[in-house]
Parts: sequence; structure tokens; C-alpha cells
Amino acid sequence: MINLLERLRSGEILVSDGAMGTMLFERGLKSGDCPEAMNLSNIDVLEDIARLYLDAGADLIQTNTFGGSPLKLASYSLSGAAPLINRNAVLAVKRAVSGRAYVSGSCGPCGKILKPYGDTDPEAVYESFEIQMQAFAESGCDVICIETMMDLNEMLLALKAAKEKAPGIPVMTTMTFEATPKGFYTIMGVTIEKAARALEEAGADVTGSNCGNGIENMIRIAREYRKHTALPLIIQSNAGLPLIEKGELVYPESPEFMAEKAKELVDAGVSIIGGCCGTGPAHIRAIRNSISTTGIR
Amino acid sequence: MELLEQISENLQNGFDEKVAALTKDAVEKQIHPKEILQNGLIAGMNVVSKKFKNHDIFLPDVLLAARAMNSAMEVLKPLLIKEGIPIRGKVVIGSVKDDLHDIGKNLVAILLKGAGFEVIDLGNDVPAEKFISTAMEENAHVIGMSALLTTTMPVMKKVVDLAKDEGLYGRVRIIVGGAPVSKEYALEIGADAYSYDGANAVETVESFFPVNS
Repeated sequence: MINLLERLRSGEILVSDGAMGTMLFERGLKSGDCPEAMNLSNIDVLEDIARLYLDAGADLIQTNTFGGSPLKLASYSLSGAAPLINRNAVLAVKRAVSGRAYVSGSCGPCGKILKPYGDTDPEAVYESFEIQMQAFAESGCDVICIETMMDLNEMLLALKAAKEKAPGIPVMTTMTFEATPKGFYTIMGVTIEKAARALEEAGADVTGSNCGNGIENMIRIAREYRKHTALPLIIQSNAGLPLIEKGELVYPESPEFMAEKAKELVDAGVSIIGGCCGTGPAHIRAIRNSISTTGIR
Repeated sequence: MELLEQISENLQNGFDEKVAALTKDAVEKQIHPKEILQNGLIAGMNVVSKKFKNHDIFLPDVLLAARAMNSAMEVLKPLLIKEGIPIRGKVVIGSVKDDLHDIGKNLVAILLKGAGFEVIDLGNDVPAEKFISTAMEENAHVIGMSALLTTTMPVMKKVVDLAKDEGLYGRVRIIVGGAPVSKEYALEIGADAYSYDGANAVETVESFFPVNS
């Protein structure tokens, strides 16, 4: 497969996949269970989900390893299984896509607050990410996506672990920002400018944002990133903030709406567009079609 | 008065050792513990809450201020108990059964402690019965519940129903929060209040207590 970064440099716009959680719940995950435990017991499900997103037109397929760092798995007493959990997830996606899409190793926050604000040692967080990154490297991930980070220090530790343990594998770094009347900030107070500069300097290959609250905010976030970095940008938006309708959780943004707005993301200079919470294969297919008509920038 | 202002300022800056030392000073100077709590610590924390709400400061600053508050409370708490001065209020808090997400709940616990409430944190995956039995044993004033998954939200209704069965309803106020929870849902299940974020949770709990208690 052609090197991902070369394709981005040539101006190509790629599509990544949508949410994982909903897909897992529809396929037997019980609430309160560890989503990554499926990687030990239900590997077929992982392949099914990867195929659905591949068929929808995704160029990058994420692994079910968002909570796959040992520190995060500790709340389910699964730390020791971290290497296997991450390895199985990568291999499952690899089998499903067999070279037709990039396998993107997902790495989310460790779930702890780092010293001095919380009680967790940065060294312990770094070591935990090292184990996950090593598993990504050994199982042959094409790219690593560190996502939903709110603490820049934690993000930098994960990035450093990736560069150390998975050298040569491109790393994408996305943070989650809230819209405030004073601009975009993570809950830990990180601005887009600060994130963009620090991550570029620390060697991120692609940067951007995921989750958030709706794709319209993501267009503003992408424009702000573009001002502060020359790196290729990735945006994986959720389908808006969930509403409750008749006791069910409903995400307001339709595939058509997000696909239309995705064109504005391209105009803002985004290279990879995908989904987060509330998006499924229908969203990805619509985005794919909308991007394809836009073509290469 | 100047000493209490120093306590407030240092608390706002998150200097925990300084705040503990100044609190000891204040106690030695015979300033009434309740005065230290109200006009030093809570006064400082109120400024922090307000700035947080206005996005002038962020979570890290709040966490440091709350830690400073806790360090001072270790000095003050025995004195307040000895004098029979009630703590601001007692809150039992937890994430509901089968819901293992706890960052939001932890933040609310930190902010409530910071605002001078006694917080009994039951952790994650807390069954409905446990909220009720703890509230009864501890004579709590408030039960706070968090859910991050729609599938776990029914536990909140169960707690409200159990509170009715046990005659706690109306005496113990019930507040709910979490990403999928809404004001409408809180109304529907009969909870007393819904909060959309940590700072709002503190304001809501404060509103349960008369000002000059």
C-alpha cells in the first residue's frame, strides 16, 4: 500500500471510520463490560465491524483499542492482557481489510489525572502507553491514532511512547475541545494553538480533533488548527450532542448533514475526515460520496 | 481579617501547604473555625468556582485549589466537630450500577469537597440499594448520581423509587448528571435536580441549603 503520509502530501482527501461503541453494543457488548475484552472473546465481531466501514468507503479503519492501555484496562483487572488485547484488535482489522485500508491503532486517555493535578505519576502513564504502542508495532499497525485527549501532557507522553516503541509508524494526534464563549479549550484548558504547536514540535505526523459537539464546531476548530500548523489535519466529529427521545439516545446530525459539512472541512484544509460518537457506516458512506465529488484538493 | 484574605488568595492559587499553615495560624490566633471556613476557605473556593464557570481558569486550577481546601479541612474538621458546628452538608455520590465511567463524578466530588461539603464517594458501579443504605446510615442530605451510559440510567429511577419506599423522599435531595442525562429525564423519574456540569452541580447542591444555616 502507498505510504499514508505521501498520499496526504499529494493532496488526497481520505476518509476514516465512524463510532465503535454503538457497533459493539449491537453485537453483544453489555453495558459496564470492558469494550476491549471483546478482543479476547469475540474477534469475529471486530472483523465484521471493520468490513462494514471498509464497504462504506473508509480508507482508515480504527482498532477496538481506545481503552487498551494497561492503566485504563486496570479498572477491569485486565492490565496483564493488554499486549494480547491490542494485538488481536490489529490483526482482526488487518484480516478484514487485507490491504484495502490502513489499520489505525486507536489509543485513548488512561482515565487518570496526572500529577500535580491528580495522583498518577507521569512515568506510570508513559510506561502504560509504551506497552500499547509496542503491541501496535509488533502486530503491524499502519498508523497510530492517539485520540480524545484533553491533557496535553498525557498526549505528549503517548506520542513519545509511540515514537519510541513504534518508530516509523505515522502518528495522528487528536484532542477534544469544548466551545466556550472565550474560544475552544479542552477541559484541561489547552487551546488549539498550544496543542498544534506542541504536537508538531513533538513529532506528530497528523494532528486535529475528534469527538466534540458537532461538525459545525469542527469546521471552526480545523480553521484554527490550520493557522498554527502545517501538518496534515484529521477531524473525526461526533454527530452532535446526544438527545433523549423516548428513552433512547439519539444523535442529531444525519449522514446527509455531516456529508454536506464535510466539504467545508476539506475547504478548511482537512486531509482525513471521519466520525466519532453517533456516526455509523451510513455517515461514512455519505461523507465518502461527498468527498469524492470534491476530488483532490 | 487580613489572615483570612491570605487564606482565600493562597487557596485560589492552589498553594496547599501555605493554606494549611495559614489555617493553623488562624486557629492559634483564636479565629473561630466557622469564620475561617466561611470567610477564608469557602470565600476562596467561591472565587475559583466563578472563574471556572466563566472559563477564566480550567480544571487543573480547580483541582489544585480543591487540594488546598482539603489540606486546610484536615486542620479544621476536628475543631468543627468538637464545636458541634455542622459541616455544610453531607452528600453521598457515585456512578450508578454497571457504569464504570467516573471522571465526571470524581470532578463533582472534588468540587463539592472544595465547596466545604462532606462527600461520601461510593465509587463506580454502585447498586441502587447502596445509595439508599448509605444515605440512611450517614444521615446524608443529598444523593448525587452520575451515569455515562443510557443503559445504566434506569438505576437512577430505582434510587428515587427506593427513596420513596424508605421515606427518604423529600428529606434527602436527589441530584443526577452525566452525558446522556437531561433535565427532562430528571423530572420524569422524580429526581430533585439535574446538573449539566461540575460547577453547576455545586451551585445546585448549595441551593438545597439555606444561606445562614
